[in-house]
Amino acid sequence: MENAERLLLDLVDAGHLVPMGIDGMYGRGAAFEDTLLRFDAYISRSAKDDGATLVRFPPVINRRDFERSGYLKSFPHLAGTVFSFDGTPAEHQHLLETVEAGGDWSATQKMTGAVLCPAACYPIYPTLRGTLPQNGRLFDVFSYCFRHEPSKDPARMQIFRMREFVRISDGDSVRPWRNMWIERAMELLTAIGLPAVSAVANDPFFGRGGRMLAANQRAQELKFELVVPIASEESPTAIMSFNYHQEHFGSTFGIQTSDGAVAQTACVGFGMERVTLALFKYHGMRVDRWPDSVRRVLWG
Amino acid sequence: MKDKIRNILREHGKLAQDALSLLDEADLYQAGMTSHASVNVMLALESTFDIEFPDRMLKRNVFESIRAIEGAVTELVSGLSSKPAGAR
Repeated sequence: MENAERLLLDLVDAGHLVPMGIDGMYGRGAAFEDTLLRFDAYISRSAKDDGATLVRFPPVINRRDFERSGYLKSFPHLAGTVFSFDGTPAEHQHLLETVEAGGDWSATQKMTGAVLCPAACYPIYPTLRGTLPQNGRLFDVFSYCFRHEPSKDPARMQIFRMREFVRISDGDSVRPWRNMWIERAMELLTAIGLPAVSAVANDPFFGRGGRMLAANQRAQELKFELVVPIASEESPTAIMSFNYHQEHFGSTFGIQTSDGAVAQTACVGFGMERVTLALFKYHGMRVDRWPDSVRRVLWG
Repeated sequence: MKDKIRNILREHGKLAQDALSLLDEADLYQAGMTSHASVNVMLALESTFDIEFPDRMLKRNVFESIRAIEGAVTELVSGLSSKPAGAR
């Protein structure tokens, strides 16, 4: 059995994950959820003096904003769009008959105005159209995110939570802020016993054009990840990412700095389920048996 | 060939200045070409010159200037026989 599948079985046996009959989607047990929320509070403590504005969006984004964001150019294979029935009673009858016969009922569905959120920071940029205050903005966002990549690896869920801090300002502020977070995050993870390593990374861009986008992203060191082996030693899992978008969102959504330049953006994201899974992987399935040093940090 | 490359850049490069007046060695990224624009330039070069860029050439520096693009296209056009069978 693959390591990933064995880890998944251990997590299910311990009651940490509850299978839902579809790869990459699980209920979370009490200890799993408590650990995740404790880690979330730990992040908040580390960032309490930063002055970030907290906003919580539901796990969807306005379809028009999504279309403008450019996500479909880069990741058409990961996006999930919300569809719903919008037909006549006769068409409803056809829908029920098709479902009853085990057929394909997608033709009865119509696209709605909502797309599942692909990353917690996506809903924030469209709200910032216009001119930023002098020192730019800093946001704290947290959301379930969806990516269509079914897998037996518990560390590759289709729907998972992401806590992010997002900096919107000029390049001279945004880049050092991102680099500060790489160091801070290493300290945070070391204190809870996770052997994270920082690495230049690329997003999983689609197709041949995507190879070029990935090469560009690496050549410019736009993305860093902190990785930890979870299901595999050879290909460790990213539990955090640090992304510098340059002017992409600033130009797409018409955001300017107080000097009138196109705003630059960066985000720092914690994969909340992945961090939690790493904790179970490294410290065992029983939270009450975790090292005191780790318990003290998370539970105080 | 350079004229064709300049026309492709004018249409797909999203450059801040006219591609026809760019120096051969001018940095296209500095001139405003985004990563997504460079993908469109790459695809237009493939259809115009009937070539396919191999993975090793799908890199930032291959498309960084008119001269670099010309070098890559020349290499592919002259080595047509090395194109993998059934690749197109």
